[in-house]
Amino acid sequence: MGRTVLTFAEIRENELRNVSFEALAAAKDISDGGEVVAAVAGSDDDSLAETLFHYGADRVVKVENEILDHYTNDGYFQAYLQVIQTVKPDVVILGHTALGKDLSPRLAARFNAGLISDATDIEVIDEEVVFTRPIYSGKAFEKKRVKEGTIFATIRPNNIQALDKDSSRTGEVLTEEVVINDLRTVVKEVVRKATSGVDLSEAKVIVAGGRGIKSAEGFKPLEELAEELGAAVGASRGACDADYCDYSLQIGQTGKVVTPDLYIACGISGAIQHLAGMSNSKVIVAINKDPEANIFNVADYGIVGDLFEVVPLLTEEIKSLKVGV
Amino acid sequence: MDFRLDEEIEFLKTNIRNFVNNEVEKVAMQIEKEDKIPERIIELSKEMGLFGLSIPEEYGGLGIGMVGKCALYEELGKTHNGYTTLIGAHTGIGTVGIVELGNEEQKQKYLPDMASGNKIGAFALTEPEAGSNASNLKTTAVKRGDTYILNGTKHYITNAIEADVFTVMAVTDPSKGAKGITSFIVEKSFPGFQVGAVEEKMGLKGSHSAELIFEDCEVPEENVLGEVGKGYMNALKILANGRAGLAARNLGSCQKLLDMCMEYVQERVQFGVPIIEHQAVAHMVAEIGVEIEALRSFTYRIAWKVDQGEKVIKEAAMLKLYGSEVYNRVADKALQVHGGVGYISDYPIERYYRDARITRIYEGTSEIQKNIIASQLRKEYS
Amino acid sequence: MDIYVLLKRTFDTEEKIVINEGKVSDEGVDFIINPYDEFAVEEAILLRDKHGGEVTVVSVGSEETEKELRTALAMGADKAVLINCEDLEAQDQHTTASILAAFFQDKDYDLILGGNVSNDNSTGQVGPRLAEQLGLPYVTMITNIEVDGNTATLKRDVEGDTEVIEATLPLLVTAQQGLNEPRYPSLPGIMKAKRKPLEEIDYDDLDIDEDEIEAKTETITTFLPPEKGAGKILDGELEVQVKELVSNLHQEAKIL
Repeated sequence: MGRTVLTFAEIRENELRNVSFEALAAAKDISDGGEVVAAVAGSDDDSLAETLFHYGADRVVKVENEILDHYTNDGYFQAYLQVIQTVKPDVVILGHTALGKDLSPRLAARFNAGLISDATDIEVIDEEVVFTRPIYSGKAFEKKRVKEGTIFATIRPNNIQALDKDSSRTGEVLTEEVVINDLRTVVKEVVRKATSGVDLSEAKVIVAGGRGIKSAEGFKPLEELAEELGAAVGASRGACDADYCDYSLQIGQTGKVVTPDLYIACGISGAIQHLAGMSNSKVIVAINKDPEANIFNVADYGIVGDLFEVVPLLTEEIKSLKVGV
Repeated sequence: MDFRLDEEIEFLKTNIRNFVNNEVEKVAMQIEKEDKIPERIIELSKEMGLFGLSIPEEYGGLGIGMVGKCALYEELGKTHNGYTTLIGAHTGIGTVGIVELGNEEQKQKYLPDMASGNKIGAFALTEPEAGSNASNLKTTAVKRGDTYILNGTKHYITNAIEADVFTVMAVTDPSKGAKGITSFIVEKSFPGFQVGAVEEKMGLKGSHSAELIFEDCEVPEENVLGEVGKGYMNALKILANGRAGLAARNLGSCQKLLDMCMEYVQERVQFGVPIIEHQAVAHMVAEIGVEIEALRSFTYRIAWKVDQGEKVIKEAAMLKLYGSEVYNRVADKALQVHGGVGYISDYPIERYYRDARITRIYEGTSEIQKNIIASQLRKEYS
Repeated sequence: MDIYVLLKRTFDTEEKIVINEGKVSDEGVDFIINPYDEFAVEEAILLRDKHGGEVTVVSVGSEETEKELRTALAMGADKAVLINCEDLEAQDQHTTASILAAFFQDKDYDLILGGNVSNDNSTGQVGPRLAEQLGLPYVTMITNIEVDGNTATLKRDVEGDTEVIEATLPLLVTAQQGLNEPRYPSLPGIMKAKRKPLEEIDYDDLDIDEDEIEAKTETITTFLPPEKGAGKILDGELEVQVKELVSNLHQEAKIL
C-alpha cells in the first residue's frame, strides 16, 4: 500500500535547507512505494525543483504568489492549505523549524488531524508509521503514531539522514497559483542576528560557552574557534543569565535542544537542564577547570583546564590540521 | 496534637525555597568572597516581602504567627548564613521592639518602610563594657526639653551599616541600675549619630557588625519605645522573642548540612564502596539526623506556645541554647563526614562550620542562657 | 484588557526522568508552572498593570494543578480556572486545544498568552491549534509585546533573527525565553492569593462532544536514551591534550 507523502521544502538565502532533503528521505520511507511530492514556495528559481528531484521527490509543486516571498503565518497557511487540498496526501511533513513549528499545528487543526512534532526517527512497522520523538528535552523519548486520518509531522533537523544525491532523477513540475487574502499579522521588519551565520538548530558543530566565559568578551575565543570549524556559537543558561550573551543562544531545557555531530562545551558546568539540551549530540568535548564538573559525565573527550588557554590552542591546532590536509 | 503546617505556610515555604535555591545559593560563594550581599538579591528579597515577615499585615507585613515564622526561618537557614542574618536580624530583634512595644504613631511611622525593606532595622544593646551583663550600660540619655541627648558607644551591632532604624538601649537614670534603662528608636539621620569601625569577622560574611557612636545625639521624646525605665525588661523581651526564630534558622542550616552529607556519603567511594557503607560514617549521619529531629520538635513546640500567648522565658532560653549547640555539633560532624572536602573553601561545609560558631555567642551566649534557665527553674521550685 | 493565560503544570526542570512500564513516572516528582507559561503569566500581569483590565489563568489538568494556579494568582493574576479532565482518557494536544476552544466560546478576550512549548512534551501545538479553532490570528515565540489601543507590536524569535510583527487584537501569542524575567510570588501576594477566585469546572460541563475531543495521536512506548559510556579525560601538558583531542576527533570520531 503506497502512500502519497507531501513535504514542504524550505528556503533560506535562496537555497534549500538541509532539513528539506531530510524530509524527502523520511517521505520516501513512509511512502512505501507511493509518491513523494515536494512543494516549494517563495522562490521562482527553477533549479530548486531539480535539486528536490535529486534528493527523492517524485513530483514538485511550485507554489506561486508574490506574498510568499516573505513568511507570514496567514500567507503561508493559505498557500499550504491549498496545496494540501490539491495533492490530497496521506502524510504531510515539514521541518521542525521556526516555520514548521509556527504553521504545522494550525494546518493539523484545520484538517482536524493528528500532528507528531519534532520527530527524530521514522519507521514503518506493519503498515503503520511510527515516529520517535524526544520528550522532556531529550531526557527521554517516545514512540508515537497518528490513530487515523491525515498524518502531519515535523522532523527535527540533523537527525534523519538525507538520501544520497542522484542527479539522474527527474519528475513532473506543477505550478499552483495560490489565492491569499487578508494577512492579519504583518511582518514590519526583520532584524538579522549579530552572531555568525550558522543556525544552532541545524549546525553540525556547536561551540558553547557557560559561566566560565566570565564576560561578553569571553566569547571571542569561542567565536574564533567556531569560525575555524564552521560552527554555531551557543551558550548555557548561566551565561545568558549573566548577560554575556542573548537568550537566543541558550541551549538547554528552557532554550534550544540541539543534536550536532560535535558539541564543544567551554566553561559549562553541566546542570541537568543544560544536559537535556545537548547530551544527544554525537560527540561531546568538554573543557572545564573543575575536574568534578558534571559536564565530564556526558563528554566523550574532556580537557581539564582554563578555557582561555585551551580554546585558542584548539583553534590553532585545527588550523594546522587544515593546512596539513 | 497536629504537627502539620497550614497549607498556606507550606506554600510560603515552597516559594522561599525556590527563591533561595535559584538565587541566593548561586551567589553564596560570591557573598563569601566579596563580603557583600549582591544588590539583586536585596532587591528580590524586598520584592518578595521577606523583610516584612514578622510585621503585622496592617503595616504591610505578613501577619503570621510564630510557627509560621519559624517555618520560613527554617527555609532561610538553608542558605548563606550572612544573608540569613541580614534578614533575620532585621525581622527579629530589629523590628520586634517596635512591633511589640511601639505606640500606634511609631508603628505607622516606621513599620511600613521596614516591612518593604526600604528601611532596615537593627538592635543596639551591647557595649564594650556591657556584653552579657546588659545592665552595665554606659550609654546615657539625658532629657533636655522634649529631646533626649544620647552619648556613648555600642559595638558588635549587626546590620549597623545597612540599618536606618535602631532600637537603642540607654541609661536615663544611673541611680536605678537595670531599672534606669530606657529604649529609643534612633534613626540613622539623627544629628550626633554615626557608625564607627566595621569589624572583620570569622564568618557571617555579607552581614556586617560595627560600632555605633552617639555624640550628643538628639532623639525626640516621641521616639521613646515603651515606658521610660523599662528598657532592660524591653531588651530581654525583644531578645526572648527572637530566640525561637534563631533556633529555626539554625535548624534550617542543620538540615542543609544533612542534605549535603547524604548526597556526599552516597556518592563518595572509599575502599570500593560508598562511604555510607562504613559504619563510622553511617553513625555520624544517623546522629545528625537525630539531633535535627529533636531540634525541630523543640522549635515548633516553643513557637506554638508563643502563638498560644504563653510565657516562654525559660523555654526560649533553652531553645536558643540547644539550637546553637546542636548547630555546632552538626556542623562539626558534617565536616568530619566530608573529610578534606569539608575543610576546603571551594565547598560550603567549612562556611557553615564557621558561621555556626557565632550562634553560641550572639543574642545571648550559651552561658547566659543557662543562667536564665537556672534562675527560672529556681523561681519555679522556690 | 481581558487577558487570558494558558498554563500547564510540568515537571521541575531539575527532575531526572524515570520510566516505569513504558510510561514516565511522576512519583516523588516536584512540579512547577511550565517555564514558558511563567513568562506568559508575567507578561500578562505587566500588560494588565499598564493597560488595566484583568488576568485570568486557565489550565486543563488535574486537581493538583490548583497549586500552580495559586502560584500564578500569588504572582498577581486576578482569577484562575481549572478545567479538570482527570477522567478523560486518550488526551493529546488536539484534546487540550478543543477543550480550551469550548471554554473560550462564551468569553470576551483581547489577548490570550501561552508558553511557546511545554517542557515535557514540547510540541508547541496547543496555542496555534486553539487560535485556529477560535479563528484568531496568532504570533508564536514572542520576545516582546507592546499594545497600543487595538494594535499589538511584537518581536518574534526566528532562529536568532528577530521579526517585528504588527497585529490587531484579539490575538493569541506564545512566549519565548527572553520575553521577561518572571517575578517570584511575593509573600503577601501568596497570602492574598488564597482569597482570589479559583474556579474548578469539569470538562464535561463545557459544550463538548466527547468523540470530537478524542486524541488524534497515541504514545506506543516511552524509553530513556542509551546511556553514554564514560568519556575520556585527557592528560598531560595542555598542548599535548589539544593535539590528542584533535587527532581523536579527526581519526576516531571522523568529525573534523
